[in-house]
Amino acid sequence: MKLTGAEIAIRCLQEEGVEHVFGYPGGAVLFLYDALFNQDKVKHILVRHEQAAVHAADGYARSTDRVGVAFVTSGPGVTNAVTGIATAYLDSIPLVIISGQVPTGAIGEDAFQEVDAVGITRPCVKHNFLVKDVNEIANTIKKAFYLARSGRPGPVLVDIPKDVSNQKAEFHYPSTVSVRSYHPAQHGEVGQIKQAAQLLLGAKRPMVYAGGGVVLSDASKQLTELVRVLGFPCTNTLMGLGGYPATDKQSLGMPGMHGTLEANMAMQHCDVLLAVGARFDDRVIGNVEHFNREKRKIIHIDIDPSSISKRVKVDVPIVGDVAHVLGDLLAVLHGSKQKPEQQALAAWWVQIEEWRGKRCLGYKNSDEIIKPQFVIEKLYEVTGGDAFITSDVGQHQMWTAQYYKFDQPRRWINSGGLGTMGFGMPAAMGVQMAHPDATVACVTGEGSIQMNIQELSTCKQFRLPLKIVVLNNRYLGMVRQWQEFFHGNRYSESYMDALPDFVKLAEAYGHVGMRIEKPSDVEPALKEAFARKHDLVFMDFRTDQTENVFPMVPGGKGLSEVILAEEL
Amino acid sequence: MRHIISLLMENEAGALSRVAGLFSARGYNIESLSVAPTEDATLSRMTIVTSGSDDVIEQINKQLNKLIEVVTVMDLSEGEHIERELMLVKVRAVGEMREEMARMTEIFHGRIIDVTDKTYTIELTDTVSGLDNFLQAIDRSLILETVRTGASGIGRGDRILKL
Repeated sequence: MKLTGAEIAIRCLQEEGVEHVFGYPGGAVLFLYDALFNQDKVKHILVRHEQAAVHAADGYARSTDRVGVAFVTSGPGVTNAVTGIATAYLDSIPLVIISGQVPTGAIGEDAFQEVDAVGITRPCVKHNFLVKDVNEIANTIKKAFYLARSGRPGPVLVDIPKDVSNQKAEFHYPSTVSVRSYHPAQHGEVGQIKQAAQLLLGAKRPMVYAGGGVVLSDASKQLTELVRVLGFPCTNTLMGLGGYPATDKQSLGMPGMHGTLEANMAMQHCDVLLAVGARFDDRVIGNVEHFNREKRKIIHIDIDPSSISKRVKVDVPIVGDVAHVLGDLLAVLHGSKQKPEQQALAAWWVQIEEWRGKRCLGYKNSDEIIKPQFVIEKLYEVTGGDAFITSDVGQHQMWTAQYYKFDQPRRWINSGGLGTMGFGMPAAMGVQMAHPDATVACVTGEGSIQMNIQELSTCKQFRLPLKIVVLNNRYLGMVRQWQEFFHGNRYSESYMDALPDFVKLAEAYGHVGMRIEKPSDVEPALKEAFARKHDLVFMDFRTDQTENVFPMVPGGKGLSEVILAEEL
Repeated sequence: MRHIISLLMENEAGALSRVAGLFSARGYNIESLSVAPTEDATLSRMTIVTSGSDDVIEQINKQLNKLIEVVTVMDLSEGEHIERELMLVKVRAVGEMREEMARMTEIFHGRIIDVTDKTYTIELTDTVSGLDNFLQAIDRSLILETVRTGASGIGRGDRILKL
């Protein structure tokens, strides 16, 4: 029996085991939505803005190991989705976005709601397709899922013109797919892995630097075993938090611009650095020249060869899937008679403990005014450290990364690469859809939350009991901090004036709103909010306006050129 | 340093813009780029002349390989290779310059492929610098128009870029 292109597309999703898609209908996807209407295997979550559809699919993917799926219409549907697609691209998140396009005959005529979707998304997708033949839909969608989830994951867009979605063809979903030009590495090169083992066993001041690749590859178990077997210190990047348990004593916390002193100093002064699924980006390494002043041997495991020796030259590159390579590396280490240099390692730990002893994350609490760090500490306690936490972008993001100790991967969901304000709440929606019974909180600011506030409506429709923690300091805090440090206290356009009454706003959308103004109310409010299992609770914490994120390595500086908080 | 990179890619709409977009997005130089289908109709072969430090060239190669539609990449400059470029030059050719232009064309192993009473069109195939030399050797004021294809390259002997 022949099916329409739209029906074929939906059947493909069913074959891929897709249970949820996030989207927004429009003219060019009417046939797709019609096909969706006539089945009940794939559930559609209607968002209020296409950017949110993609972020929700993204949160869904990050909190599981599945591919997130979004539907958008042509023209503005696609352009609204671009921020979401770029967000996923920068963090290597597997998504398939199906977009409608104007009918093939109208392409290129500046038709109503026409944009060159493939052209406009080209720089921010892993790959994209325009399907001009209904017979190609099934094969293309199969390829899209394969490309999205294999190798270094990423978003893939499939653009389907309206007429193609209504033409008919036989449906056959291919069981396998191969792309002749695409062969992502799985196993690392054995010789390189042996060389890495030798370097690690001979290290006097070793350091493990683990990034988002550990999370994406589901390699936390292997990483944790490796770090423990070797007895080495480990730092996890913003994207890698939870890849190694943060409460473990071998964890030095996060490195980089707002990383801990101990992580940054150990990165700078180690003699052997094992980089695992991390990419030495500017927010982690700071000034490359300064970083290179200290001589060290670097082993770099990454699935993407172009991530290796991009900013920092490495000595032992290993291209492969992190979980596989770590497994092989562990096997080599277990089979070796040589043990790590215990004496040197002990001395190195003494040095690290001295750095850690400075307690760089200390802050001066107050009885009068709510400190944002205090809210995160209490959030950690009240949720038992066991919630899914999404965030937006800015100071609140950094404080959450610093003070919420993630012991498990895929629990910390944030836009690390692109730094997209407005990511947090829609991402949390996706997380909650994937984990209906889990506790999901979105830590945000009064600036970020307003970038996708309309999604409170989606949350109502789909009964998503998110807990929204707004650290409301009436400033675009990170902008304000940089203006204080580097622009002579000229707070140009960083004050958020004319804020809405968030309590009333939450109530207007049918949710519960709370305003918290006193430090003594923080914990009771959180307890009350998290006890309301079936309600979305919007908590407006009025926090200290002047608080800054420390430690801070200013842009362009080296990792040891750190600004610490004022003496306590 | 100047590098000449050859690649085979899927002969599909959009593949060229992925390569061109990569170079502009990442700020790499393109001196020339030429592309045409091969004897296998599913593949196009592209030759890119670029320049950059060793690190940049390494990244260019890796980034090109990362493009899904790029099937295989070879940096021809890493070994023995031949490069050629085709140039068509229209020159003013009147009076004694008719003789002079014909002679220069012969010296540079070119051919005059179109003649009017005032102009010659000269075809030359040479290395990029060979073509540059020709342009420097003739009187600049006589050049009416030039068109160049950009370099094409191929490995010497057993160096073969094929699937």
